[in-house]
Amino acid sequence: MFRRLEEDGLLLIFNFEGERVAARLGETVAAALLAAGIGRFRETPVSGSSRAPYCLMGVCFDCLVEIDGIANRQACMVPVADGMRVRRQRGARGVT
Amino acid sequence: MSTRWDAIVIGAGPGGMAGACVLAENGARVLVLDEQPAPGGQIYRAVENVAAQGADALARLGADYAAGADLVARFRVSGSTFQPGSTVWQVAPERAVWVSCGGRSACLEADVILLATGAMERPVPVPGWTLPGVMTAGAVQILLKSAALVPSVPFVLAGSGPLPLLVAQQCIAAGAAPAAFLDTGSWQDAVAAVRYLPGALGETARRTLAKGLALHAALRRGGMKMFRGVHDIRIEGDDRAEAISFRVGRRQHRMPVALVALHEGVIPAQQITRAIGCAHAWDVGQRCFRPQIDDWGNSSVEGVLVAGDAAGIGGAAAAASAGRVAAFEALRRLGRIDAARRDALAATDRRAMKAERAVRPLLDRMFTPRREILCPADDVVVCRCEEVTAGALRQAVAQGCQGPNQAKSFLRCGMGPCQGRLCGPVVAEVIATARGQAVDATGYFRIRPPMKPVTLGEIAELET
Repeated sequence: MFRRLEEDGLLLIFNFEGERVAARLGETVAAALLAAGIGRFRETPVSGSSRAPYCLMGVCFDCLVEIDGIANRQACMVPVADGMRVRRQRGARGVT
Repeated sequence: MSTRWDAIVIGAGPGGMAGACVLAENGARVLVLDEQPAPGGQIYRAVENVAAQGADALARLGADYAAGADLVARFRVSGSTFQPGSTVWQVAPERAVWVSCGGRSACLEADVILLATGAMERPVPVPGWTLPGVMTAGAVQILLKSAALVPSVPFVLAGSGPLPLLVAQQCIAAGAAPAAFLDTGSWQDAVAAVRYLPGALGETARRTLAKGLALHAALRRGGMKMFRGVHDIRIEGDDRAEAISFRVGRRQHRMPVALVALHEGVIPAQQITRAIGCAHAWDVGQRCFRPQIDDWGNSSVEGVLVAGDAAGIGGAAAAASAGRVAAFEALRRLGRIDAARRDALAATDRRAMKAERAVRPLLDRMFTPRREILCPADDVVVCRCEEVTAGALRQAVAQGCQGPNQAKSFLRCGMGPCQGRLCGPVVAEVIATARGQAVDATGYFRIRPPMKPVTLGEIAELET
């Protein structure tokens, strides 16, 4: 859905749903996923419908993903890091 | 990190940065908290990074954006303590601020709190707005500013206001022209706005208008496909946006698209001011709630000041002036200057603020949001998190629901992860209309902590 104006400098590798994704230092998890062509971030607890970032500034919470085992992380607010493990958030959270 | 400060500024956009500069340069111990990794707010987001990429990258985003670099540079050397990556999840009226940073939370206290939390884009509830591939015009711009990403699929900008025009220009400059611009503004609104023209003839207002007209003309000259008076927007698709249909007059149009960027103006971000308990008022002209402040930025809560778009939409330049004005008042509150000195120091910025705001009534009327997004049709999802439609809300009202807070019990509306940030304005309008009431009489969600997700472990580890 989005392309990078600059292709070089993708020095970070993180993991999304078992796939290796390249990213640039300083960008958010949401930007890195969108640049990698990931168009669905979560499935809602109510109907299971797919969602992706809407506002990208921390308001809408539609970019929620699980990062390194912690659920309900706003992908648009978290800077991407090398070795990060990111998963789609599916349905409702449990209490852990 | 010290837990006790003279002043805590929340938000490092133009208002927060300008305010922090004044406070620090006058000897106050000031801490600035912001969720982003770098100062700038949304308007000057990542401006240091973009400037470091070179003149081309900066030119692509325009002169107004580039101007933010000066304010950021001054802020960096102001002597204020900047703590980026900080998520404020509770602010108590006793001026205690709970903040999460790097997976740990702390409770900080200050004599004065300056809220400069800015604006958010007004929700645009149209059929299909929850589909992947539908985002705000601001979101597209954020990707361009912060990650140098541009749309790679056929996309349209749909809405009204200055921002989508600017985003269109920036995308074109970056080689990613939109397939079309669907202008939801109408000539009737433009005509109605003319009566506000006499108030917008000052030099600053004229400059703002001239910039807007030049931008519009340049986009037209550049051959961007534009539809005017667009309404009845519907985004179609099964699991993602595939097409957009809309009407111009009676004529129906349909375009295949993979990305839709919506925008219908901006409104103050109310979450923190509501959570503290600041009194809010309904702004008829801007069609939104805003915290009530006096001429110096004081809210109804002692020692809590609000500056910039968080207190009513005025734009970046007005926000910087308002941040400085509030900071001079904060210095008076801290006992560092007296009222006479405050008045003298703030005079220039108070004049600038007035000049910047003179154009607003005209812009507010010209870009007034249309009824169908303020109060959408029954089948449209209002609360994205809990998937509650406008129809369900109206049914709840018919069953006796008296306001937004009762709607939570009826429908869980506003109780999902966004905590009512995105549905609140629409819920208030829909209920008000269904009850035949004014929006301010209907009221708004009570906002409860934590305002952002924080783990139980992080709360348990808080030092008390």
